[in-house]
Amino acid sequence: MDLHSMTIHQLHDLLVKKEVTSREATEALYRRIGEVDGKIKSYLMLSEEEAFRQADEVDRKIIREEKIGGLAGIPIGLKDILCTKGIRTTCGSKILGNYVPFYDGTVISKLKENKAVFLGKLNMDEFAMGSSTENSGFQTTRNPWDLQRIPGGSSGGSAAAVAADECIAALGTDTGGSIRQPASCCGVVGLKPTYGRVSRYGLVAFASSLDQIGPITKDVEDCAILLDGISGYDPFDSTSVNVEVPDYKRYLVNDVKGVRIGIPDEYFIEGMDPDVERSAKEAIDLLKKLGAEVKAISLPHTSYAVAIYYIICTAEASSNLARYDGVKYGFRSHRYGDLMEMYGRTREEGFGSEVKRRIILGTYVLSAGYYDAYYRKASQVRTLMKNDFEKAFEEVDVIVTPTAPTPAFRIGEKAEDPLQMYLSDILTIPVNIAGIPAISIPCGFSREGLPIGLQIMGKHFDEGMLLRAAYTFEQNTDFHLKKPSLI
Amino acid sequence: MKMDIEKVARLARLELSGEEKKTFGNQLEQILAYMEQLNRLDATGVEPTSHAIPMVNVFREDEVKRSVPREEILEISPDQGDGHFKVPRIIE
Repeated sequence: MDLHSMTIHQLHDLLVKKEVTSREATEALYRRIGEVDGKIKSYLMLSEEEAFRQADEVDRKIIREEKIGGLAGIPIGLKDILCTKGIRTTCGSKILGNYVPFYDGTVISKLKENKAVFLGKLNMDEFAMGSSTENSGFQTTRNPWDLQRIPGGSSGGSAAAVAADECIAALGTDTGGSIRQPASCCGVVGLKPTYGRVSRYGLVAFASSLDQIGPITKDVEDCAILLDGISGYDPFDSTSVNVEVPDYKRYLVNDVKGVRIGIPDEYFIEGMDPDVERSAKEAIDLLKKLGAEVKAISLPHTSYAVAIYYIICTAEASSNLARYDGVKYGFRSHRYGDLMEMYGRTREEGFGSEVKRRIILGTYVLSAGYYDAYYRKASQVRTLMKNDFEKAFEEVDVIVTPTAPTPAFRIGEKAEDPLQMYLSDILTIPVNIAGIPAISIPCGFSREGLPIGLQIMGKHFDEGMLLRAAYTFEQNTDFHLKKPSLI
Repeated sequence: MKMDIEKVARLARLELSGEEKKTFGNQLEQILAYMEQLNRLDATGVEPTSHAIPMVNVFREDEVKRSVPREEILEISPDQGDGHFKVPRIIE
């Protein structure tokens, strides 16, 4: 087996047995990136010097017979929304095109403590606004399964890089589905943790009440290992929650006997691709055969999810993105006379269309006279959606649905129609609204050979149950083992 | 609902080209029309949720700690001088 195709746990075993060094693995990954990234366009930048320094440090520990953790020496990729000290962090935007942070985000510090190796920064929709990476200020990433199709978004670079074996695993972020939908499109595993499980310090803010960082990996075991490495309370993020982090590997058992699975009828929407519906239903049947109890549930306010999401997230974005004014860091326009012109033109030239559209929409829904009709109403319906989940979780342990209504669509297909693009997140958005965790795992392929994802949602801080259900499904199927043929 | 896009852009300190005003205007009208569906739902008396995990008064100890050196912060700004960020003159 090639080094670049390995999972975290496979590579870890070889490192510990001294059959391979972290430097060799890192070299193998950069070779792979050199071979395929011209087609995939996952990476915005490579941090080779830093990576080999990290790899050599781990190799020296191994030679000295020191014990190493599960992530030590493992080459991973980082979504370019995560602040890395001394390494350019663009958030997919021209306005941050020259931004080199002077600090590490908390997840970066944690992974450094765990001695992971950072290969580089991965492409994304600008400020994580999008479902296809077509909104990146720099390049559109391609789906490794079909280069004419989108990899999903906004963490499209991360998911495509994992699927194309351009990293062993990656970090993404998820505000309305931005980890799960690309994971689904690219046939890999992606988990959005409970809101507050992972610190957002050093994550460039889009919608602060919805954003969460999470792992994108080749299998569920890796997902548990990486989640373990980034979770936990952080005094630097006042919304991170001080709840004990369990040993997630403990939940990797091939057993769903007695697990109660809810199936919400509202998620099998009109216009859903028949292959997606078939794959999800077959997956549910398999879980039932393996001993889970399956029951129908109702989440009655589901149809309002997209409407309230695009009020709440744009409102928060318009406020968060006010900081890009050309004063403290990032880009400043050269065409200005006075201060107001400097603000207006810096933002005109620095932001792309989707970001501008959302700033306008968010400013509007918060403006005098419209606040009650939009933002307040959306926040009230948010309560109703949250209550739907609380009620459902009185009867079931997890909720299972498809991750996205269709497999990956074609590049350009929805680029001119923002509303259609927004609707592609319809099955993932409710999870962020309610702050619950959810995982997407491969559960089939369409007739054209495109991957299809299964979404499993759980109670607040019950990532363990998601991992257990996902791991059991994975142990009894081989969808996750299929690889795109790239060369 | 019709949006006064120039006014909103001004509030957001965002200049838009004539082309953008037109395209965004049409697209936002469609999006707002889609949001009209919220009017079908009566949410009178429902407490709004701003955070999924409710938390109030998150305090920390009021201790003096080291911060980032001023030079490091100024170094990445578009224009600086004498230990400050520089912007166009505001007061005549």
